[in-house]
Amino acid sequence: MQRDTGAGDRTPGTPSPTHGGRLRHRKRSNEVPSDVNTTNGANLLLNDQNKYKSMLVRTYSSLWMMAGVVFLIYMGHLYIWAMVVVVQIFMAKELFNLLRKANEDRQLPGFRMLNWHFFFTAMLFTYGRFLSHQLVNTVTSDKLLYKLVSRLIKYQMFICYFLYIAGFVWFIITLKKKAYKYQFSQYAWTHMILLMVFAQSSFTVANIFDGIFWFLLPASLIAINDVAAYFFGFFFGKTPLIKLSPKKTWEGFIGASVTTLFSAFVLANFMGHFQWLTCPRKDLSTGWLHCDPGPMFTPESYDLPGWMPQWFPWREIAVMPVQWHALALGLFASIIAPFGGFFASGFKRAFKFKDFGDSIPGHGGFTDRMDCQMVMAVFAYIYYQSFVMVQDLSVETILEQILRNLTFEEQHELYEQLGKLLVRAN
Amino acid sequence: QPGLSRIAGSPSSPSFPKHAARSLYRIPFHTRRPSRRRGYGGAAACSPSPALRPREFNFGVPVMQRDTSSSDASASHAGRVRRRRHATEATTDGNRANGQPLLVNDQNKYKSMLIRTYSTVWMIGGFAFIVYMGHLYIWAMVVVIQIYMARELFNLLRKSSEEKQLPGFRLLNWHFFFTAMLYTYGRFLSRQLVNTVTSDHLLYKVVSGLIKYQMFICYFLYIAGFVWFILTLKKKAYKYQFKQYAWTHMILLTVFAQSAFTVANIFEGIFWFLLPASLIVINDIFAYLFGFFLGRTPLIKLSPKKTWEGFIGASVTTIISAFLLANVMGRSQWLTCPRKDLSTGWLYCDPGPMFKSEHYSLEEWVPHWFPWKELAIMPVQWQALALGLFASIIAPFGGFFASGFKRAFKIKDFGDSIPGHGGITDRMDCQMVMAVFAYIYHQSFIAPQNFSVEIILDQIIRNLAYEEQKYLYERLGEIFHERQLTQS
Repeated sequence: MQRDTGAGDRTPGTPSPTHGGRLRHRKRSNEVPSDVNTTNGANLLLNDQNKYKSMLVRTYSSLWMMAGVVFLIYMGHLYIWAMVVVVQIFMAKELFNLLRKANEDRQLPGFRMLNWHFFFTAMLFTYGRFLSHQLVNTVTSDKLLYKLVSRLIKYQMFICYFLYIAGFVWFIITLKKKAYKYQFSQYAWTHMILLMVFAQSSFTVANIFDGIFWFLLPASLIAINDVAAYFFGFFFGKTPLIKLSPKKTWEGFIGASVTTLFSAFVLANFMGHFQWLTCPRKDLSTGWLHCDPGPMFTPESYDLPGWMPQWFPWREIAVMPVQWHALALGLFASIIAPFGGFFASGFKRAFKFKDFGDSIPGHGGFTDRMDCQMVMAVFAYIYYQSFVMVQDLSVETILEQILRNLTFEEQHELYEQLGKLLVRAN
Repeated sequence: QPGLSRIAGSPSSPSFPKHAARSLYRIPFHTRRPSRRRGYGGAAACSPSPALRPREFNFGVPVMQRDTSSSDASASHAGRVRRRRHATEATTDGNRANGQPLLVNDQNKYKSMLIRTYSTVWMIGGFAFIVYMGHLYIWAMVVVIQIYMARELFNLLRKSSEEKQLPGFRLLNWHFFFTAMLYTYGRFLSRQLVNTVTSDHLLYKVVSGLIKYQMFICYFLYIAGFVWFILTLKKKAYKYQFKQYAWTHMILLTVFAQSAFTVANIFEGIFWFLLPASLIVINDIFAYLFGFFLGRTPLIKLSPKKTWEGFIGASVTTIISAFLLANVMGRSQWLTCPRKDLSTGWLYCDPGPMFKSEHYSLEEWVPHWFPWKELAIMPVQWQALALGLFASIIAPFGGFFASGFKRAFKIKDFGDSIPGHGGITDRMDCQMVMAVFAYIYHQSFIAPQNFSVEIILDQIIRNLAYEEQKYLYERLGEIFHERQLTQS
């Protein structure tokens, strides 16, 4: 599929629908002529009818995607989770198909099913781990269902392991003499895909249930970074950034970084005002959410330093602590996340593909859209777990957990073990 | 193709002497057996490398052990004769006896068997010594084995021609290795680490700080490697580099998953490490013996020398010995007590209900002359039956996987670290599958079920500073005191 054997997607003359609009921080003109030609490239862009058409296609599908995402956010956590699952399935399907050789596959019936078996096992494992609390809290209504679900969660690791072993044994039993190498490569490829797809999506889902804010902000920052990089590159782009993506420029990169940092700061404040976005979801319900925003989203007032000019209207600003964290997210989004895109480019070049798939008109496949998002989602989760959540885990919250969740015997046991630990420390 | 002409005096290899062809047939690269040592026991049945006179896949590296002559084969392979048929498949089964005199007659085989026995004995001896020394040393042994395995596997599909253009690429592999090590041992041994450094206050603070941010540190190390990888992508070598990157991830996943679980098992009690490993060894040895004496029906196309008789006989033996061995091992406190920190001293603990013998009366079941009127069975023995079942039925698939892999990529052995046995990965293939199962079984069915306490304690250790922990402790004490007052 779409083997890229020509330099077609790199010159402005070929408005391939899949790359035409991916105009982040790219130089529009050819690389060979001098940089002075940048404006000429823009002229070429304006003049080419095909480019207009492809831009239209891309804009149309972008609008639909944005509208869909906004709608799902309005609907709530459960629906966002469903969206993530759907995106996962599409990505996995694209990637499974990518390095499949149709002629070899004909001799191996049922091999594709093996991929989906591992996919299902991975899904059971990751969502079982990350959403076990939510699941338990949802089924507390029915006693029988509660027992069933708690059992499943208790033995979840074992169940998933056995499913994996079943797949492993099935793989070995279906090894065919002439196709060993192909089958082993596919097996390794399946593991890599599932690792990539599930790590990032499970972290995304974990973030969602901690508060849509922690999913929406990183995703928006990536989008803003891309758009800003395109515009800065379009107007100021001159120095190429990396050999891997010749259309990216340093001007675009730096301009986008500054913009992303600034908008991270502002956007965090804006999003922090909505309880729908900031409250964590403890179960799988879909109703409205009310909660105490917590110290992270409570604005603190800072007096502006004396050196500010007189005409500046505001004497003090209200900054939520989360805005400082958002700066870190913005820094990562602008500097490290683009490497996800470089990785995908390099991968496509290595294996001579043009796109990962063709699900989205004008954009290519799901994986093309998600490459930077994946890197960002993992970072957002790890950052949240390391720096944001721990601040909420004060002595009070842990004490409350102890008193609420443990039986008396368990509390005493905890007390004893803690005592031993502290005595040794002294 | 050589793979199919494992027939004595096969027409395709007229230059080979008849007995040499037969010896090729008996080849299996690995193994030897009996070794109690974690890695070494598994070999026999576990990596039945086919007697594929491998055209070693030359990646530009002068690959060791190019098997172009029969003597080579016999030197490295002889002896791996577990449940293998000695006669060629072409001749009838009645010919089996003919295979044996040839083995006895061949001097080279004796020599290679001697080498294998020698290294096996050393391995067993070393292993027993380390088990005696304790948990910390076993952990160190696991780490050393990991490093050797990773090195073998990293080198396996490396093409030195391509690597010349990519300086520092090998360093990237080791960077990821180090990150994976930090991550897995940080997660699995955080409690033990915290308990060890409680002596010094400052060190405690440093270690708790590290544990608190461990995930973040490891993530950043990984990202650094990721960025480094992308920055060093060279135009002509994209495909090679991406493949190596994927290969590195797969290796690290395989190597670290199983060794992390092994180490977690060790600190729960050496019993949970020693019993599974021994069962794999026993399974191999008995599969060989049963196959040797009774083997007739081939088991799987992937390993033509394995037989159903060997398989079934070994399964029965493994299950019985699991039952008995669990009893024997369960009596030693050194093996059954969990280790809460990283010290190396002697261990005392209450064995727990799992290792306490329960008495069952046999009065009505057995005839009068039976000497024992009641049996003392520890509950752990029933659990050991499950471990035995897995070791005999599923774990050999680890060996089949390794064979298939070697056939697919036309490799004879994973390495050559152990004289007479091949590489460390050759020894470890079944053990890896077993170690993961033992850990998961232990976590699901045996570990104390009060997960909540563990989880919250973990949270306390990871997230609270020392003063906060003390404060929490005092508050809890007050609450309990109040509760007692109101109740009384």
